[in-house]
Amino acid sequence: MELLDKLTILTDAAKYDAACTSSGARRHHREGMIGSTSSSIAGCCHTFSADGRCVTLLKVLLSNDCCYECKYCVNRRSNDVKRVSFTPRELAELTIGFYRRNYIEGLFLSSAVLGSPDHTTELMIRALSILRNEYRFNGYIHAKTIPGASPELVTQLGLLADRLSVNIELPSEASLKRLAPNKTRGAILAPMRQIRDQAAESKAELVRYRSAPRFAPAGQSTQLIVGATGESDRHILSLTESLYDRYRLKRVFYSAYVPVVENTLLPSLDTKPPLLREHRLYQADWLLRFYGFRAEELLDEAQPDFDPLLDPKCCWALRHPEFFPVEANRSDYESLLRVPGVGVVSARRILVARRAGPLHADDLRKLGVVMKRAQYFLTCGGRLATPLRLSPAGVAANLMAVERAALPPPAFEQLSLFDRAG
Amino acid sequence: MAWREIIYQYDGSFDGLLCCIYESYTQKERPTAILCGGDAEPNLFEIRTVPTVREHAGRVERSLRAVSNEVVPFLRRAFLTDLPDRELAIYRFVVRLYREGAPYLSRLSDDAYQPLLRAVRRLSTEVEHLRGFIRFSVFDGMLGTEIEPKNRVLPLLRAHFCDRCYNETFFIYDRTHREALLYSGGRSRIVPLEDFEMAPPDEEEASYRRLWKRFYDTVAIRERENPRLRMSNMPKRYWRTMTEFQPDAGTQPAALSAATPADGQARGAPDATPAPVKRQEPARSATASGT
Ligand code: SF4
Repeated sequence: MELLDKLTILTDAAKYDAACTSSGARRHHREGMIGSTSSSIAGCCHTFSADGRCVTLLKVLLSNDCCYECKYCVNRRSNDVKRVSFTPRELAELTIGFYRRNYIEGLFLSSAVLGSPDHTTELMIRALSILRNEYRFNGYIHAKTIPGASPELVTQLGLLADRLSVNIELPSEASLKRLAPNKTRGAILAPMRQIRDQAAESKAELVRYRSAPRFAPAGQSTQLIVGATGESDRHILSLTESLYDRYRLKRVFYSAYVPVVENTLLPSLDTKPPLLREHRLYQADWLLRFYGFRAEELLDEAQPDFDPLLDPKCCWALRHPEFFPVEANRSDYESLLRVPGVGVVSARRILVARRAGPLHADDLRKLGVVMKRAQYFLTCGGRLATPLRLSPAGVAANLMAVERAALPPPAFEQLSLFDRAG
Repeated sequence: MAWREIIYQYDGSFDGLLCCIYESYTQKERPTAILCGGDAEPNLFEIRTVPTVREHAGRVERSLRAVSNEVVPFLRRAFLTDLPDRELAIYRFVVRLYREGAPYLSRLSDDAYQPLLRAVRRLSTEVEHLRGFIRFSVFDGMLGTEIEPKNRVLPLLRAHFCDRCYNETFFIYDRTHREALLYSGGRSRIVPLEDFEMAPPDEEEASYRRLWKRFYDTVAIRERENPRLRMSNMPKRYWRTMTEFQPDAGTQPAALSAATPADGQARGAPDATPAPVKRQEPARSATASGT
């Protein structure tokens, strides 16, 4: 079969994986080798696909010839699709050809289970060894481990890759049992623990010997499918938090479920992917990682799901009038970060700019504060930017209007869907 | 004492601009415009050509470093931007800085500071974009490409691409500013280059372009199509020099290149392939199997 057709099939089957960053590994050029990962720090985007997502890596499956039967997946054994596999060499050559032309930062390799988890992993290892040792590829590699692969093989994979990931996909064990009968919670969590521990060991070794082998220097990530099963946002967000805390994950990705399979256990084929919900989860994830929020502050039993009309930070602010207003000229960084309309960058700028003298409302705008949101929560010299008095309901309504304008149109359609769902 | 008003003309180099600042302070003059070499037209005002003297530039540079080490690198960047009248803007900034000293650097919202900050931010964004959006072609083992940036980005792309392509030979031609970054054997240069034409792709090059285009078209999730988001992440002006938006090299059936973006006003493709006249609305065919 022609390479072009293989590429088409194996890209198509890999495209639902959300992870496409190349951050977290710093490696400069080396004599006789191709590439570096020094720009990958910033997560260099090489293009954006028609859905607006960043493309950084050549994201493909090694094979779509799966012997498992995950109900939500196009590659499942019982599905009637054309089966193809790259040879390890084809994959290596393709990566090099793309990398040299600056199409990509590296390779994101994943695979269906071809024969057995171990056999699949061995093929992946072969492809990556050709790439690293024969072609002397020094760029970024993200490899997805196959649930059930033996620990020795995971170790080998981790020594070739910059980042490993183990996709959880379904956010609870019950859903896993129902929809992915060949996978178990244990088969997913065991490699996660292994990767966490080996990466930590390797880091410690590197401190002692500079030439110690590097195991997944960019850590690990995972992906959760949103909307295929009934878990609440709160459930997903607390899971996320514990993955960051306990498994030291670098990123958790969310993927709005796109129905590709007719099955009574799954949302019907005409269900639109819950993009707005995915968007809210990413916003909240951001709040966990950079804004010092905890999951239980954002959602609780009474409010287990995000508000489709308002972003998580505004929601929190409206529920905590006692925290506001925050004074731009005096408050510390952490408090500034809690103000809707103030981001990491503008908060830092406020800290710098106010050293030169008191700030006025006008300055805040120039420093990048989104006053449409911040005006209700942020004071300058004790005064709110808009002195008019609004009831809490009035503030909420105004914020919703701002938010509506900020959302991309597809998310709009989601609003009506959400409404119907209650 | 009132300072005299005058128009300066300089050689277009950063040192030259520093010499204009030197001139202004030693002559007690306020430039109302600072023009680059050929820009000056006959004018009612007096125009003086300020010679570039390394020693004068060095004195200004030292005086700026005395205020803060960040100033000169910042001004060098500002000098590369497309800010209209950037020379005068830089001059005004320096005047304020001399007057107020280091604390001025915190006044991020000041009228003489903020436009420069914003221009530099735009420059940095463009550099960041181009790190990703540049597309090399391979000619006889050598990499080459053309770009059409708004700002003079080559000096800032230099370190990145020299690191990434350390063992390669490459060139990047900047059509807008007519200069090229050349790299070979571990050494790089930026040289003025009036005109330049890329060679047509050979078979291997054409085949990689096809593969990449196909990958690009396939990796998008149809159910999530979002042209607005794509456009804000990747403004259209970059598309002209990106492989995935060029018409096929000709060897491929048109039906397979279904997902080219709609772009009614495609200008001449800087790529060696003939310019497209019009691109079609994506007639997304379901060629991709697997779904
Ligand atoms: S293991 Fe499951 S999710 Fe992975 S390719 Fe096979 S069927 Fe799909």
